[in-house]
Amino acid sequence: MSTAEKYVTAAYCAVFAVVLVYVVIIALKVQRLEREVDELEVRAGAHDGEPERERETAVVG
Amino acid sequence: MSRERAEFADVGRTYRIPLSTLAAASAGLVTLALVLVFFVAPNDADQGFSQRIFYFHVSIAITAYACFGLGAWKALMHLWKRDPRADLESYVAIHQGVIFGILVLVTGSIWAKISWGHWWLWSEDQLVLFLVLFLFYAAYFMLRFSVDPGPQRENFSAVYALFGVVLIPVSFMAIRLAKQAIHPVVFTRHGPNFGGWILVAYIVSQVALLVLAYTLYRVELAGKLVDARLRRLREVTA
Repeated sequence: MSTAEKYVTAAYCAVFAVVLVYVVIIALKVQRLEREVDELEVRAGAHDGEPERERETAVVG
Repeated sequence: MSRERAEFADVGRTYRIPLSTLAAASAGLVTLALVLVFFVAPNDADQGFSQRIFYFHVSIAITAYACFGLGAWKALMHLWKRDPRADLESYVAIHQGVIFGILVLVTGSIWAKISWGHWWLWSEDQLVLFLVLFLFYAAYFMLRFSVDPGPQRENFSAVYALFGVVLIPVSFMAIRLAKQAIHPVVFTRHGPNFGGWILVAYIVSQVALLVLAYTLYRVELAGKLVDARLRRLREVTA
Protein backbone atom coordinates (compact mmCIF):
# COMPACT_ATOMS: atom_id res chain seq x y z
CA MET A 1 0.00 0.00 0.00
CA SER A 2 1.47 3.39 -1.01
CA THR A 3 1.66 6.40 1.34
CA ALA A 4 -1.19 8.15 -0.52
CA GLU A 5 -3.38 5.05 -0.20
CA LYS A 6 -2.64 4.87 3.54
CA TYR A 7 -3.62 8.53 4.06
CA VAL A 8 -6.81 8.21 1.97
CA THR A 9 -7.77 5.07 3.93
CA ALA A 10 -7.11 6.94 7.20
CA ALA A 11 -9.34 9.85 6.09
CA TYR A 12 -12.27 7.60 5.18
CA CYS A 13 -11.80 5.52 8.35
CA ALA A 14 -11.88 8.75 10.40
CA VAL A 15 -15.24 9.68 8.83
CA PHE A 16 -16.59 6.19 9.49
CA ALA A 17 -15.30 6.20 13.09
CA VAL A 18 -16.87 9.58 13.93
CA VAL A 19 -20.25 8.53 12.51
CA LEU A 20 -19.99 5.21 14.38
CA VAL A 21 -19.18 6.92 17.69
CA TYR A 22 -22.13 9.27 17.13
CA VAL A 23 -24.50 6.33 16.49
CA VAL A 24 -23.21 4.54 19.63
CA ILE A 25 -23.83 7.69 21.72
CA ILE A 26 -27.37 7.95 20.33
CA ALA A 27 -27.96 4.22 21.03
CA LEU A 28 -26.82 4.69 24.66
CA LYS A 29 -29.17 7.64 24.96
CA VAL A 30 -32.10 5.58 23.62
CA GLN A 31 -31.31 2.89 26.23
CA ARG A 32 -31.38 5.54 28.97
CA LEU A 33 -34.74 6.83 27.66
CA GLU A 34 -36.13 3.28 27.70
CA ARG A 35 -35.05 2.87 31.34
CA GLU A 36 -36.73 6.16 32.23
CA VAL A 37 -39.95 5.11 30.46
CA ASP A 38 -39.91 1.83 32.43
CA GLU A 39 -39.39 3.77 35.65
CA LEU A 40 -42.30 6.10 34.83
CA GLU A 41 -44.55 3.16 33.97
CA VAL A 42 -43.82 1.57 37.33
CA ARG A 43 -44.48 4.89 39.06
CA ALA A 44 -47.75 5.40 37.12
CA GLY A 45 -48.81 1.82 38.01
CA ALA A 46 -48.16 2.49 41.69
CA HIS A 47 -50.20 5.70 41.51
CA ASP A 48 -53.21 3.96 39.95
CA GLY A 49 -52.97 0.87 42.14
CA GLU A 50 -53.23 -1.19 38.96
CA PRO A 51 -50.88 -3.91 37.72
CA GLU A 52 -48.38 -2.71 35.15
CA ARG A 53 -49.75 -3.07 31.63
CA GLU A 54 -47.82 -4.60 28.80
CA ARG A 55 -46.04 -1.87 26.82
CA GLU A 56 -47.39 -1.22 23.34
CA THR A 57 -45.10 -1.21 20.33
CA ALA A 58 -44.60 2.32 19.02
CA VAL A 59 -43.30 3.40 15.63
CA VAL A 60 -40.40 5.82 15.95
CA GLY A 61 -39.69 8.48 13.34
CA MET B 1 -51.95 27.96 24.11
CA SER B 2 -49.40 27.99 26.93
CA ARG B 3 -45.71 27.44 26.27
CA GLU B 4 -45.75 23.95 27.85
CA ARG B 5 -48.86 22.92 25.95
CA ALA B 6 -47.33 24.15 22.70
CA GLU B 7 -44.20 22.10 23.40
CA PHE B 8 -46.31 18.99 23.95
CA ALA B 9 -48.40 19.62 20.84
CA ASP B 10 -45.32 20.08 18.64
CA VAL B 11 -43.73 16.81 19.70
CA GLY B 12 -46.26 14.90 17.65
CA ARG B 13 -45.44 16.81 14.44
CA THR B 14 -44.72 14.24 11.73
CA TYR B 15 -42.40 14.36 8.74
CA ARG B 16 -43.21 13.33 5.19
CA ILE B 17 -40.23 10.97 4.99
CA PRO B 18 -40.10 8.26 7.72
CA LEU B 19 -36.81 7.89 9.60
CA SER B 20 -36.40 4.27 8.46
CA THR B 21 -36.58 5.35 4.79
CA LEU B 22 -34.01 8.07 5.44
CA ALA B 23 -31.65 5.62 7.17
CA ALA B 24 -31.91 3.15 4.27
CA ALA B 25 -31.35 5.96 1.74
CA SER B 26 -28.28 7.16 3.69
CA ALA B 27 -26.75 3.67 3.77
CA GLY B 28 -27.45 3.11 0.06
CA LEU B 29 -26.15 6.50 -1.07
CA VAL B 30 -22.98 6.35 1.06
CA THR B 31 -22.24 2.84 -0.32
CA LEU B 32 -22.83 4.04 -3.89
CA ALA B 33 -20.61 7.07 -3.29
CA LEU B 34 -17.77 4.87 -1.96
CA VAL B 35 -18.06 2.55 -4.98
CA LEU B 36 -17.90 5.53 -7.36
CA VAL B 37 -15.01 7.15 -5.48
CA PHE B 38 -12.81 4.04 -5.26
CA PHE B 39 -13.78 1.94 -8.29
CA VAL B 40 -15.16 4.26 -10.98
CA ALA B 41 -13.65 7.77 -10.71
CA PRO B 42 -10.23 8.02 -12.41
CA ASN B 43 -7.04 9.11 -10.67
CA ASP B 44 -6.42 12.86 -10.75
CA ALA B 45 -3.66 13.75 -13.24
CA ASP B 46 -2.03 16.17 -10.79
CA GLN B 47 -2.54 14.68 -7.31
CA GLY B 48 -3.02 11.02 -8.15
CA PHE B 49 -4.76 8.71 -5.67
CA SER B 50 -4.68 11.21 -2.77
CA GLN B 51 -7.22 13.42 -4.58
CA ARG B 52 -9.90 10.86 -3.62
CA ILE B 53 -10.13 12.51 -0.20
CA PHE B 54 -11.70 15.45 -2.04
CA TYR B 55 -15.03 13.67 -2.63
CA PHE B 56 -15.87 13.41 1.06
CA HIS B 57 -13.83 16.38 2.33
CA VAL B 58 -15.62 18.96 0.14
CA SER B 59 -19.02 17.25 0.57
CA ILE B 60 -18.60 17.24 4.36
CA ALA B 61 -17.57 20.92 4.33
CA ILE B 62 -20.65 21.95 2.34
CA THR B 63 -22.81 19.76 4.62
CA ALA B 64 -21.35 21.55 7.66
CA TYR B 65 -22.19 24.93 6.08
CA ALA B 66 -25.72 23.63 5.37
CA CYS B 67 -26.13 22.52 9.01
CA PHE B 68 -24.98 25.90 10.34
CA GLY B 69 -27.29 27.61 7.83
CA LEU B 70 -30.22 25.44 8.97
CA GLY B 71 -29.35 26.22 12.59
CA ALA B 72 -29.46 29.95 11.82
CA TRP B 73 -32.74 29.63 9.91
CA LYS B 74 -34.36 27.75 12.81
CA ALA B 75 -32.96 30.37 15.21
CA LEU B 76 -34.65 33.07 13.12
CA MET B 77 -37.89 31.06 13.20
CA HIS B 78 -37.58 30.84 16.96
CA LEU B 79 -37.10 34.60 17.36
CA TRP B 80 -39.93 35.30 14.93
CA LYS B 81 -42.57 32.81 16.05
CA ARG B 82 -41.35 32.05 19.62
CA ASP B 83 -41.60 28.33 18.88
CA PRO B 84 -39.68 26.27 21.52
CA ARG B 85 -39.29 23.46 19.02
CA ALA B 86 -37.44 25.77 16.60
CA ASP B 87 -34.87 26.43 19.33
CA LEU B 88 -34.34 22.68 19.76
CA GLU B 89 -34.08 22.22 15.98
CA SER B 90 -31.53 25.05 15.78
CA TYR B 91 -29.48 23.46 18.57
CA VAL B 92 -29.51 20.01 16.91
CA ALA B 93 -28.58 21.47 13.49
CA ILE B 94 -25.62 23.34 14.99
CA HIS B 95 -24.56 20.18 16.84
CA GLN B 96 -24.55 18.33 13.50
CA GLY B 97 -22.60 21.20 11.95
CA VAL B 98 -19.92 20.97 14.63
CA ILE B 99 -19.62 17.18 14.15
CA PHE B 100 -19.23 17.63 10.39
CA GLY B 101 -16.86 20.53 11.09
CA ILE B 102 -14.56 18.17 13.05
CA LEU B 103 -14.60 15.83 10.04
CA VAL B 104 -13.72 18.70 7.67
CA LEU B 105 -10.70 19.59 9.83
CA VAL B 106 -9.57 15.94 10.17
CA THR B 107 -9.94 15.00 6.47
CA GLY B 108 -8.51 18.37 5.39
CA SER B 109 -5.44 17.93 7.59
CA ILE B 110 -4.81 14.44 6.21
CA TRP B 111 -5.12 15.76 2.63
CA ALA B 112 -2.83 18.71 3.48
CA LYS B 113 -0.20 16.32 4.84
CA ILE B 114 -0.12 14.33 1.58
CA SER B 115 -0.31 17.34 -0.77
CA TRP B 116 1.66 20.04 1.06
CA GLY B 117 3.68 18.02 3.57
CA HIS B 118 2.07 19.86 6.53
CA TRP B 119 -0.91 18.96 8.72
CA TRP B 120 -1.90 22.63 8.98
CA LEU B 121 -0.85 25.94 7.41
CA TRP B 122 -1.70 29.13 9.29
CA SER B 123 -0.95 31.16 6.14
CA GLU B 124 -3.99 29.68 4.36
CA ASP B 125 -7.06 31.91 4.74
CA GLN B 126 -9.49 29.13 3.86
CA LEU B 127 -8.19 26.87 6.65
CA VAL B 128 -8.02 29.59 9.29
CA LEU B 129 -11.47 30.99 8.45
CA PHE B 130 -13.04 27.55 8.61
CA LEU B 131 -11.36 27.03 12.01
CA VAL B 132 -12.79 30.40 13.18
CA LEU B 133 -16.26 29.34 11.99
CA PHE B 134 -15.90 25.97 13.73
CA LEU B 135 -14.69 27.50 17.02
CA PHE B 136 -17.47 30.11 16.89
CA TYR B 137 -20.11 27.38 16.73
CA ALA B 138 -18.24 25.23 19.28
CA ALA B 139 -18.54 28.21 21.66
CA TYR B 140 -22.33 28.19 21.02
CA PHE B 141 -22.57 25.21 23.40
CA MET B 142 -20.63 27.03 26.11
CA LEU B 143 -23.07 29.93 25.87
CA ARG B 144 -26.12 27.68 25.75
CA PHE B 145 -25.19 25.58 28.76
CA SER B 146 -24.03 28.54 30.84
CA VAL B 147 -27.63 29.87 30.96
CA ASP B 148 -30.48 28.16 32.81
CA PRO B 149 -33.09 26.46 30.58
CA GLY B 150 -35.91 28.78 29.55
CA PRO B 151 -36.78 31.63 27.18
CA GLN B 152 -33.61 33.58 28.03
CA ARG B 153 -31.35 30.68 27.03
CA GLU B 154 -33.36 30.11 23.85
CA ASN B 155 -33.11 33.79 22.86
CA PHE B 156 -29.37 34.07 23.59
CA SER B 157 -28.71 30.89 21.60
CA ALA B 158 -30.83 32.05 18.67
CA VAL B 159 -29.12 35.45 18.42
CA TYR B 160 -25.67 33.80 18.62
CA ALA B 161 -26.58 31.25 15.92
CA LEU B 162 -27.75 34.09 13.65
CA PHE B 163 -24.50 36.03 14.09
CA GLY B 164 -22.47 32.97 13.12
CA VAL B 165 -24.17 32.56 9.76
CA VAL B 166 -22.32 35.68 8.54
CA LEU B 167 -19.07 33.70 8.74
CA ILE B 168 -20.29 31.06 6.25
CA PRO B 169 -20.02 33.19 3.05
CA VAL B 170 -16.78 34.71 4.39
CA SER B 171 -15.30 31.21 4.84
CA PHE B 172 -16.61 30.05 1.45
CA MET B 173 -15.35 33.13 -0.43
CA ALA B 174 -11.97 33.38 1.33
CA ILE B 175 -10.21 31.07 -1.10
CA ARG B 176 -11.68 32.93 -4.09
CA LEU B 177 -10.63 36.34 -2.77
CA ALA B 178 -7.13 35.34 -1.63
CA LYS B 179 -4.45 36.38 -4.13
CA GLN B 180 -1.97 33.67 -3.15
CA ALA B 181 -3.38 30.36 -2.06
CA ILE B 182 -2.33 26.74 -2.39
CA HIS B 183 -5.71 25.38 -1.28
CA PRO B 184 -7.41 24.18 -4.49
CA VAL B 185 -10.51 26.04 -5.75
CA VAL B 186 -13.19 23.52 -6.63
CA PHE B 187 -16.04 25.79 -7.71
CA THR B 188 -15.33 28.88 -9.82
CA ARG B 189 -17.68 31.40 -11.46
CA HIS B 190 -17.70 29.14 -14.52
CA GLY B 191 -18.80 26.04 -12.58
CA PRO B 192 -16.93 23.08 -11.09
CA ASN B 193 -13.28 22.54 -12.03
CA PHE B 194 -13.85 18.97 -13.14
CA GLY B 195 -16.20 16.79 -15.21
CA GLY B 196 -17.02 13.21 -16.21
CA TRP B 197 -16.97 10.51 -13.53
CA ILE B 198 -15.21 12.84 -11.09
CA LEU B 199 -18.22 15.16 -11.21
CA VAL B 200 -20.69 12.24 -10.94
CA ALA B 201 -18.80 10.79 -7.93
CA TYR B 202 -18.70 14.21 -6.29
CA ILE B 203 -22.45 14.86 -6.80
CA VAL B 204 -23.39 11.42 -5.42
CA SER B 205 -21.04 11.94 -2.43
CA GLN B 206 -22.54 15.37 -1.77
CA VAL B 207 -26.12 14.05 -1.86
CA ALA B 208 -25.11 11.07 0.33
CA LEU B 209 -23.53 13.29 2.97
CA LEU B 210 -26.49 15.70 2.99
CA VAL B 211 -28.96 12.81 3.40
CA LEU B 212 -26.76 11.26 6.12
CA ALA B 213 -26.60 14.57 7.98
CA TYR B 214 -30.37 15.00 7.72
CA THR B 215 -30.92 11.43 9.00
CA LEU B 216 -28.64 12.03 12.00
CA TYR B 217 -30.41 15.36 12.59
CA ARG B 218 -33.81 13.63 12.66
CA VAL B 219 -32.53 10.86 14.98
CA GLU B 220 -31.02 13.33 17.44
CA LEU B 221 -34.07 15.58 17.30
CA ALA B 222 -36.41 12.62 17.98
CA GLY B 223 -34.28 11.71 21.01
CA LYS B 224 -34.29 15.28 22.34
CA LEU B 225 -38.08 15.57 21.92
CA VAL B 226 -38.71 12.28 23.76
CA ASP B 227 -36.31 13.46 26.46
CA ALA B 228 -38.28 16.70 26.83
CA ARG B 229 -41.56 14.79 27.08
CA LEU B 230 -40.13 12.44 29.71
CA ARG B 231 -38.81 15.35 31.76
CA ARG B 232 -42.26 16.91 31.78
CA LEU B 233 -43.96 13.60 32.60
CA ARG B 234 -41.55 13.11 35.50
CA GLU B 235 -42.53 16.54 36.83
CA VAL B 236 -46.24 15.65 36.52
CA THR B 237 -45.92 12.27 38.24
CA ALA B 238 -43.51 13.46 40.98
